[in-house]
Amino acid sequence: MTAYIIRRVIAAIVLLLVVSAVTFAIFFLVPRLAGQTTTQLATQYVGKDANPASIAAVKKNLGFDLPLYEQYWHFLKAIFVGANYKFGPDAARCHVPCFGYSFKSHVEVWPNLKSRIPVTLSLAIGAAVLWVVSGVAIGVVSALRRGSFFDRLSMGTALAGVSLPIFFTGQLALVLFSYQWGWWGDVQYVPITDDPLQWAWNLILPWVSLAFLYSALYARLTRAGMLETMSEDYIRTARAKGLPEPTVVVKHGLRSALTPIVTIFGMDFGLLIGGALLTEQVFSLQGIGNYAVGAVKDNDLPKILGVTMVAAFFIVVCNLLVDIVYAFIDPRVRYQ
Amino acid sequence: MSTDGNSREALPEKREDQPEGRSGRPEDLVPEQRAAASAGKPAGRTGPDPDAYLSVRDLRVHFDTDDGLVKSVDGLSFDLRRGRTLGIVGESGSGKSVTSLGVMGLHRGPRAHVTGEVWLDGEELVGARPEAVRRLRGRKMAMIFQDPLSAMHPYYTVGAQIVEAYRVHHKVSKAAATVRAVEMLDRVGIPEPKKRFRDYPHQFSGGMRQRAMIAMALVNNPELLIADEPTTALDVTVQAQILDLIRDLQQEFGSAVIMITHDLGVVAEVADDLLVMYAGRAIESGTAEDVFTKPRHPYTWGLLGSMPRLDRERSERLNPVKGSPPSLINVPGGCAFHPRCPYAELTGGLSQSTVPELREAAPGHLAACHLADGERTRIWTEEIEPKL
Repeated sequence: MTAYIIRRVIAAIVLLLVVSAVTFAIFFLVPRLAGQTTTQLATQYVGKDANPASIAAVKKNLGFDLPLYEQYWHFLKAIFVGANYKFGPDAARCHVPCFGYSFKSHVEVWPNLKSRIPVTLSLAIGAAVLWVVSGVAIGVVSALRRGSFFDRLSMGTALAGVSLPIFFTGQLALVLFSYQWGWWGDVQYVPITDDPLQWAWNLILPWVSLAFLYSALYARLTRAGMLETMSEDYIRTARAKGLPEPTVVVKHGLRSALTPIVTIFGMDFGLLIGGALLTEQVFSLQGIGNYAVGAVKDNDLPKILGVTMVAAFFIVVCNLLVDIVYAFIDPRVRYQ
Repeated sequence: MSTDGNSREALPEKREDQPEGRSGRPEDLVPEQRAAASAGKPAGRTGPDPDAYLSVRDLRVHFDTDDGLVKSVDGLSFDLRRGRTLGIVGESGSGKSVTSLGVMGLHRGPRAHVTGEVWLDGEELVGARPEAVRRLRGRKMAMIFQDPLSAMHPYYTVGAQIVEAYRVHHKVSKAAATVRAVEMLDRVGIPEPKKRFRDYPHQFSGGMRQRAMIAMALVNNPELLIADEPTTALDVTVQAQILDLIRDLQQEFGSAVIMITHDLGVVAEVADDLLVMYAGRAIESGTAEDVFTKPRHPYTWGLLGSMPRLDRERSERLNPVKGSPPSLINVPGGCAFHPRCPYAELTGGLSQSTVPELREAAPGHLAACHLADGERTRIWTEEIEPKL
């Protein structure tokens, strides 16, 4: 078991390194292949009072004249030990974990990015709880009452849920509850440490809109999984032992049906913490997704690189957790 | 299925607490079935045999499917006493497994219709509340399945699954149940039972897994054990060990055993009595000795003819039953076996028109065949037996 976890952790670290190398290469190499010079890159930092001398200075200070692998090494090193930047008259210290300075605002990427993590995390966790609980419950009941009115109704709704994009359901929720009936004013993020009630109250609309989409998906997945496991031989054995039906359904049926759900959940949740782009846009939440959209709009390479690394980190960590949880759920994985 | 009130009174009394899915409600019966039910059963066969631990009377298990009503078991009756082993043989789809699941009350859902009577130790199960039947399952009647790998839950240890089976029916601590489970693993011949207790099913070999399955089935000392093709998934050397084990345990606990199989070799090994099924009905029954040495039904002759034997010339060909098992939706009229029966013409058209009744051909030996007794004896002794 320990060996299994260690193997998984090492694999996760390697994966992160690969992701960092690939993103770095894409963001710094591809523009160069397209004809952009390092001088143009340096110009982005210099801003208004650009002249050949200042551009050359920045270029040298930021190491744009070095070979790419060396630049990558500096980038990687900065994440763990920090770095000193000098693109103006004064030197600037970029603290650990250093993802560099923004081209546009000349501020460190990380502190700004970090302040947005709680927003996205709040959104993702709340929505995840809602969609897992409702999706799995609906899926189980649908499977057990296959073909019933409830099954048809919930699967029909699920189909709608899967098909409707968040910018439709989210907008609709906003228009109805916020603007029309005024139950919510503008959705505003309040840190949970300040006021848990206000935190939850403000996030209800985004949670429900996001959960609607996912719970539809999870209900369908759970239903399919339950239909499959409930026809397994070991379910017949469980009944033959005289176990009460709820035990058969939950302990023997759901336990197996949940395994694929855990896998999908790890991926979905990781992706979501990496930025719920649409949801954050619709509800104007200043989360990682919004940050990413801003970074791309400004073509601000250090910010794009930073947000990509953070998103990749969350996805890899979530998948690592899934692998570990998997080993607890399914003994056959553990003993491979 | 239509609901008309007229035929209701013809049916045996209906119990108020009949569960869904296992019900014998008159509206669940198709017209032919109602006719059969109202025609009344042969006298003396209605109640349970007082000496039998298990009595099945006119058991019918029908399934609604999109293609039509599948009559998997259609009027089956038999008795089984403690300490005896009943072998049920027949081709795939003859209704063997459906019968065993019917006895256990494991047919569920609105599409399964179970009617008739199953008396277990004086209690009727078909009309009983599902909860009452559940309490009997695993305690008074237990079952061993064909493929022990798929029949055990892959996520729980073998020990945990046996402990679970014990604790459903006994209010004991986990520790006490563990002691009991280890004892059972030891009893069925699993080496190092304490260690294997913590292993998962996939860590067991096929034979060990079936032993563990048997331990799980027997942990509550059930008086009825149903083994549904317990050796089919195992290799031959292990088969013999498992059969020996079942026989030993039966002698030790004096339980009644139903051995369901399509392997006549297995039946010859363990069964006291034999029931041959075809298209959901019993077509021959009697002591294993009688059925093997003096079979009274052309289908049984066919089964015996298709069994390879080592004490014969290899050049002689097997005599399989020609054709394939009938569709259970459109069971052939008259004797269900007549399209495959080489002697059907000898009945003067009776086999096409009338369902043969299960009649006593010799004391305790029943067969459902239109052929005259003398004719059958002649065919067996002159044509069939010499070729086997």
